[in-house]
Amino acid sequence: MTAARSHASPTSGSHGAEAERVTEEARDRGLDARLVVDRGSFHLDVALTAAPGDVVAVLGPNGAGKTTALRALAGLAPLSGGHLRLDGAELDGVPPEHRPVGVVFQDYLLFPHLSALDNVAFGPRCRGAAKVESRAQAAELLARLGLADHASARPAGLSGGQAQRVALARALAIRPRLLLLDEPLAALDARTRLDVRSQLRRHLAEFEAVAVLVTHDPLDAMVLADRLVVIERGQVVQEGSPADIARRPRTDYIAQLVGLNLYRGRADGHTVRLDTGAAITTTEELSGPAFVAFPPGAVTLHLDRPSGSSARNLWRCEVSGLETHGDQIRVDLTGELPLAADLTTIAAAELGLHPGALVWAAVKAAQTHAYPA
Amino acid sequence: MTRHDPTVSGSTGTTTHASAPAEDALVGGPRRGRVRRSGAPLPLLLPALVGLAFLLLPLIALLVRTPWHSLPTQLASTEVWQALRLSLVSATAATAVSMVLGVPLAWLLARTDFPGRGLVRALVTLPLVLPPVVGGVALLLALGRNGVVGRWLDAWFGITLPFTTAGVVLAEAFVAMPFLVISVEGTLRAADPRYEEAAATLGASRFTAFRRITLPLIAPGIAAGAVLAWARALGEFGATITFAGNFPGRTQTMPLAVYLALQNDPAAAIALSLVLLAVSIAVLAGLRDRWITAS
Repeated sequence: MTAARSHASPTSGSHGAEAERVTEEARDRGLDARLVVDRGSFHLDVALTAAPGDVVAVLGPNGAGKTTALRALAGLAPLSGGHLRLDGAELDGVPPEHRPVGVVFQDYLLFPHLSALDNVAFGPRCRGAAKVESRAQAAELLARLGLADHASARPAGLSGGQAQRVALARALAIRPRLLLLDEPLAALDARTRLDVRSQLRRHLAEFEAVAVLVTHDPLDAMVLADRLVVIERGQVVQEGSPADIARRPRTDYIAQLVGLNLYRGRADGHTVRLDTGAAITTTEELSGPAFVAFPPGAVTLHLDRPSGSSARNLWRCEVSGLETHGDQIRVDLTGELPLAADLTTIAAAELGLHPGALVWAAVKAAQTHAYPA
Repeated sequence: MTRHDPTVSGSTGTTTHASAPAEDALVGGPRRGRVRRSGAPLPLLLPALVGLAFLLLPLIALLVRTPWHSLPTQLASTEVWQALRLSLVSATAATAVSMVLGVPLAWLLARTDFPGRGLVRALVTLPLVLPPVVGGVALLLALGRNGVVGRWLDAWFGITLPFTTAGVVLAEAFVAMPFLVISVEGTLRAADPRYEEAAATLGASRFTAFRRITLPLIAPGIAAGAVLAWARALGEFGATITFAGNFPGRTQTMPLAVYLALQNDPAAAIALSLVLLAVSIAVLAGLRDRWITAS
């Protein structure tokens, strides 16, 4: 599995060769797709490639086209253009029942009138296996997923986590070459989510073919997938390893997801000048269009202009909002540039922060991260 | 709608389906904790009571006037049993015909999109509002010995439908099938079509998905529609007498026997009516969970 794991990243030059290898390999093994779906005002055009063993997460806000892409892969929605090849075979035009594609639906869609065992045996049965054989196969799969005791239970009698595993077993039972998961953890409560997420990670790591999961939750995406494809408004806006995307977000949506302040401007040496006129001093030396990112925790706030501070970046800001964020306070600031700062509760109390308060915001150059746009 | 959803039936509220709690509240709502304002306003209460009396009075009259002492003799007559047997058999056969043809028709209306579907739907429901006598006449013109199709049936296969028991079944199916189609179509529309998609991703053809997934899911709706159709077929009079005539033992069903008996032997008519009333009450009792308490 780890040998096949690959982090294609068109955004960074050093990964370019590997990205090419993925595409090369995907041509006869794995997934090679360009999904074009036109539906009235909505236009989806997303390229997806993955080698066997890869877990790819398609991440995006609601309405970005994630589910449409997934339905197109499953054959439940027709392509308007592009192509869809799996292990070298063209799947476009092949009806869903003849595709080697397993789907775990968001709310699982377990057949309510069938037991867990019969739900899992349904696929093999439909694909021609004998009744006894498909039930034996289903029982084995359920046992592997730790559900041997629940084989005879109806879906209504299963917990959320159990239902999720039955749905996974049902999709795996047809021995898919492409496994699709639609918001696999969205239907679970927060506590169950933690357990199920780590279980699912283990099961996906064991899966030998391509897995594509669709989610709007960055944590799910980063924990479960080797590679993220971020889509917004039907287009891929960024693609790469979770770490890479978290470090170098390219859109406000991604920056918000990973909790970074993100600015776009023009770099000239160690300074990036924004369109608003504000300037950010950075350690990296760049020229031309650039992004600058830094975490809210890197921002310090002061009531009086700090003297003798080592921070190279200092802006006059106004507090526009305060919000508890775990054991910290997230302060939203406006002024020379929009800013989010994380303070401890004590620090916030000492500063006497309230909406409308004027403060100085400081960020050390060493804590910023600049990269070409 | 809730009554058609098999995922909710008998649920204790612990199911994982997102819709379950809402459905549960819907079912349980009227029973627990609803604030009742005392005293219905007179303009509503008065007509309501008159309406209730209007519906109940004829039934009470039937019971009051039943010649209880001669009832056993009345019911023992072969003609009564003949008519009752014929009614039950033909209504059941008509229901079977309605199910075999009506469920696929309902599926077509609910799950596919074709030009003129709205019109087809309207035509399917037409027998619901059409006077049954007109239906009988239309059946004669189509399937009668000189009918549009009937003449070929006669010439090629020697099949004659009018004035036969098969004709009774056809006449009853003609008026009863729309009830089943409408009921099943409604259930199908309420059922989540994504179950069929899930079945497709598992390798099921559309027919397999229908047979193994959709059919079990909509079974309660089919049952409800079948009972409606059966009750309608049992009481069918106009189309039957027009298309199939009134031959004792062959085409004379209970409603026809009642009507005829009323002309020359009112006591027999009352006895026959009582039997039909008993059958109707039995049907209602069988459906009580579905229609009386759940609404």
